[in-house]
Amino acid sequence: MSGPVIEVRDLRKTYGSGDTAVHALRGLNLTVGRGEYLAIMGASGSGKSTLLNILGCLDVPTSGSYLLDGIDTAEFDESRLSLLRNRKIGFVFQSFNLIPRTTALANVELPLVYAGVKRAERRERAHAALELVGLLDRAHHAPNELSGGQQQRVAIARALVTSPAMVLADEPTGNLDTASSREVLGILDRLNAIGRTVVLITHEDEVAEHASRTVRVVDGQVAEVLV
Amino acid sequence: MRLLEIGVFAVRGVTANKLRSTLTTLGILIGVASVILLIAVGNGASTAVQQSIAGLGTNILTISPQRGTPQSASSAKPLTVADATALADRTEAPDVKSASPVSSVAATASFQGTSYSVPQFVGTDPAYFETTNSAVANGNLFTADDVLQARKVVVLGATVATSLFPSTDPVGNAVLVNNIPFTVIGVLATKGSSGLQDSDDLAVSPLTTVQNALTGYGGLTQIVVQATSADSLPAAQAQATTILNGRHRIGAGQTADYRMLSQEQLLTARTATTDTFTVLLASVAAISLLVGGIGITNIMLVTVTERIREIGIRKAVGAPKSTILGQFLLEATMLSLFGGALGVAAGVIGSQFTIAGIKPVVVPSSVLLAFAVSALIGLFFGSYPASRAASLRPIEALRHE
Repeated sequence: MSGPVIEVRDLRKTYGSGDTAVHALRGLNLTVGRGEYLAIMGASGSGKSTLLNILGCLDVPTSGSYLLDGIDTAEFDESRLSLLRNRKIGFVFQSFNLIPRTTALANVELPLVYAGVKRAERRERAHAALELVGLLDRAHHAPNELSGGQQQRVAIARALVTSPAMVLADEPTGNLDTASSREVLGILDRLNAIGRTVVLITHEDEVAEHASRTVRVVDGQVAEVLV
Repeated sequence: MRLLEIGVFAVRGVTANKLRSTLTTLGILIGVASVILLIAVGNGASTAVQQSIAGLGTNILTISPQRGTPQSASSAKPLTVADATALADRTEAPDVKSASPVSSVAATASFQGTSYSVPQFVGTDPAYFETTNSAVANGNLFTADDVLQARKVVVLGATVATSLFPSTDPVGNAVLVNNIPFTVIGVLATKGSSGLQDSDDLAVSPLTTVQNALTGYGGLTQIVVQATSADSLPAAQAQATTILNGRHRIGAGQTADYRMLSQEQLLTARTATTDTFTVLLASVAAISLLVGGIGITNIMLVTVTERIREIGIRKAVGAPKSTILGQFLLEATMLSLFGGALGVAAGVIGSQFTIAGIKPVVVPSSVLLAFAVSALIGLFFGSYPASRAASLRPIEALRHE
């Protein structure tokens, strides 16, 4: 497949109804090519997180179409969406979202368990992913024994362990100090360098500079494209 | 392979938060154990009462004077030894085996400075022992000759004997009953308590002696009639009624000046009492099952609600709904079954001890009921909220606070 990884047409998302309805997305169009490194910027409440959640199949749009790898996700039911999340998408959250009281290794292995990968291969791939983020020596630590930056690197290892078509990151450095941010961004740069599609949300210009392309979301639409 | 992985997740889920799991188990344990124990105590109490009544014999009639007969207080005749003799008449009352006159009084017995109040100092004839199922444990019972001679001999009940003679053998010793010396010739075997009354707390002497020394020659306290068998009891009751009505000149429609009570009637009355007791305990048990159930519901809801975020994370990395459900169902099953099994063990072990003088008897159906109800409540409230959470979109589950 050589087409765009993400193709979004006239995407709308409305929360609530009637007078209190909030229009988070108002007919947004976006195309992300294979191997691209895209930064999405925008003020709070502009709808950028809503957009990323829909791209990650964590949420569904009110209307409009979202083609992932050329497949229309609107035709998918919940069980096929979960399969899609598992195989095609690696999601990195601002607040890490690791499972508490569970080792880093087990957290990284989690998507592989749901993918039905055998135990030995799982261990091997999880080790490789942890090595990539430089945390092999922390494999048997629980999240509360890791620093914020280390937790985010575990989360990235979990996002890339299934070799997904794209990695989506929602303000991955938002909760981190400068040094940890640099490490996390370095890992994302390396991922993109080996051909992974990366989409990240940020409101820091220094972070956006890592990306090959930046879009700005204003009032639920892509307002301008910064090159 | 999937099933194994789900099992591993469930075990990890249970062991990840040991305090929470322990509390859940404890809630189920207490619910199950309290129901089993309460029902066992109720059942034990009614079994004990029934056994003690059955021990008294089912072919006994007790005749006692009716006090305060309204219209004929003056004409009421006391029960006499002659009445008792008439009741034992072979031809008039063929179904009566024996009729023992009883004159009893509360008395104070003392031995070497130790004194004890005997609530029932009974004067009667030797047939009384057989009628009341009283066996001698030590020494001898008195004889018809002792009655005839009005000998000052006494047979002590087990409670009286141990109170007056804590270390020595009472047989052959002389006790002072209201300052009159009596020779102890025997001690009765223990019969246990029937309901609230201690049947071992008495002393038995010849009727003539008791009348001579203690009560005087007034009316008898009771006449205890023994029918030839349990089946002939109604016939014996009819014959006794005819004889006494004749002797006391009570015409048809008049209120009798005596009261006749069979053990059967006593048994019915006591059974009704213990039934009430059992119903009371069963309702307490039902309430504790309800409270236990609410406790289980509560902790299961908290457990799942606390983990909705975790469910969101699992969904975000691609867990299908069925796998998440399977994990939570398995966790709830493990906690419910483990807690239920411990509860059954605690209930059954607790029932081996005597509680407030009652030996509990476990009712198998109560074990099953308590276990099933707790396990089902645990399963339902462990898996239903999880199923609700697993149906949420991942982002909604992740945002759950």
